[in-house]
Amino acid sequence: MATRQTQSLARLMRAPAIVLLLIWMIVPLAMTLYYSFLNYNLLNPANTSWAGFFNYQYFYTDPAFWESIWNTLVLVVGVLAITVVGGILIAMLIDKPIFGQGIVRILVISPFFVMPPVAALIWKNMIMHPSYGVFADIAKFFGAQPVDWFAQYPLFSIILIVAWQWLPFATLILLTSLQSLDGEQMEAAEMDGAPALQRFIYLTLPHMARAITVVILIQTIFLLGVYAEILVTTNGGPGNASTNLTYLIYRAARLNFDIGGAAAGGIIAVVLANICAIFLMRAVGKNLD
Amino acid sequence: MGSITLKNVRKAFGDVEVIPGVDLEINNGEFVVFVGPSGCGKSTLLRLIAGLEDVTSGQIQIDGQDVTDAGPAKRGLAMVFQSYALYPHMSVRKNIAFPLKMAKMPEAEQEKRVSHAAKILNLDSYLDRKPGQLSGGQRQRVAIGRAIVREPSAFLFDEPLSNLDAALRVNMRVEISELHNSLKTTMIYVTHDQVEAMTMADKIVVLRAGNVEQVGSPMELYARPANRFVGGFIGSPNMNFLEGAAAAAHGAHAIGVRPEHWRLSTSEGDYPGTVGVAEHLGSDTFLHIDLDSGEHVIARAEGEFPVHHGDRIFLSAQEGRVYKFGKDGLAL
Repeated sequence: MATRQTQSLARLMRAPAIVLLLIWMIVPLAMTLYYSFLNYNLLNPANTSWAGFFNYQYFYTDPAFWESIWNTLVLVVGVLAITVVGGILIAMLIDKPIFGQGIVRILVISPFFVMPPVAALIWKNMIMHPSYGVFADIAKFFGAQPVDWFAQYPLFSIILIVAWQWLPFATLILLTSLQSLDGEQMEAAEMDGAPALQRFIYLTLPHMARAITVVILIQTIFLLGVYAEILVTTNGGPGNASTNLTYLIYRAARLNFDIGGAAAGGIIAVVLANICAIFLMRAVGKNLD
Repeated sequence: MGSITLKNVRKAFGDVEVIPGVDLEINNGEFVVFVGPSGCGKSTLLRLIAGLEDVTSGQIQIDGQDVTDAGPAKRGLAMVFQSYALYPHMSVRKNIAFPLKMAKMPEAEQEKRVSHAAKILNLDSYLDRKPGQLSGGQRQRVAIGRAIVREPSAFLFDEPLSNLDAALRVNMRVEISELHNSLKTTMIYVTHDQVEAMTMADKIVVLRAGNVEQVGSPMELYARPANRFVGGFIGSPNMNFLEGAAAAAHGAHAIGVRPEHWRLSTSEGDYPGTVGVAEHLGSDTFLHIDLDSGEHVIARAEGEFPVHHGDRIFLSAQEGRVYKFGKDGLAL
């Protein structure tokens, strides 16, 4: 904005949008904060009273709490690792000119269009099911005992499903970044005597750093809130083996009807997400300037 | 050492034959310029020598060794690209040291060579900057620095000055020529600018549609063009061609007269015409003239020549400065 006049005009023009966004964000947050200090159970809504920090204490001392935090972390890091590494590999693969390139690219991207519960149900019933899933068929073909994925490796199974959903996103972002890599740079490196692996390490990876950052930041935001995949597959079990923080809050609110406890968990989740965001911005955000 | 021999090198992209077959001998220490209009295959030829493209048939030898199937890194050549192709996330120092690092040279030796190259190219104070913080000429020098630290047997330049402004281009032209004089390494330089070719080359290779039209020193090409294309391409402004009666008088299908080889007169001469645009530069005057016979020619007069738009003018060719071409375009 060049002049002071246009500056204040611009401020005026964008004010409604910002105010709307603020209300949109502040009202639910404030309500959650308010509920988190109440003894408020839907089974007995008439008997609502001030609880102080009891809800927080209750949520925090729940033996499932730390487990759910750990599971959330494992889920986020696991999915990030699979999608970033896999995304780079697939992006490099489909960046090469091949026959039927357009169709291959659409196929690679298509999992992103499948809704999370649907994807999870497909994986549960058609791929990972111990008696008629594809994995079981493969195991039987080789004469091995089929794996009961959701019973034996519940969290890993969910990581696999979520990673499958997010791989197209990572691939897409990384592919566009790869396509903007200057071909002459690669040729120059080739003339400088850099073999393929060195070219990847010294040219391709630094070039993709920004795109990788974007993938990590955006995915982390969404992965902290994974919920549908857990609900339709393991229901957080066995025990709490696949319960993440979001699912724990769901359980408090919708299974125990404990609005106050769930709200306290929600506030804790917000704080944790912000801590995560600060660390992430510190660690990888410098690539974004 | 850096002698390069091309034996019947052919290159086709699918059905399109870009280079139908080139034989060329480049001696050690020579400054060779490939020149030609855009799309003539000069960059492709350079990339074939570099190993960035595979030859369709034929043989490339460096110092007598067949390198036709060797990868670019194995050929011991260094290349400066049109876009400079610097590595954007590395400092200038790391850019220049990159080929040495890839060759697993000891750090101390790397450092020595980088600082030596930086001194030659006046890059000392920029070593810790990123390429994005440099001007076009500085980036050009970094690209050259990255090439010279390897001490290659030959340098390949792919239109290195075309992204620079006119003044800088003249400077860099001189710098590259000086570099060649001090390093005495073979250099192959691709350009579409015949001024660069004339000023820098020991040997010019004129290319058209993938064919070598003529090979020779700049003055040979200027004085004895092998055909009409070379005559028209070398020299600035371009040679004027006259056909028909004017040519028949010299016993040729077409005659060529360079703009600087006209005798100008306002009273009498062989070819009467009318002055169109007159470009007065002080040192020279370029006249665009429409001859009465219908041809459009350019004439250069030294110093100031006082004619203006619409004036009558008479041209005659200077003695012995008329190039005669046959019907097939070859010089007679």
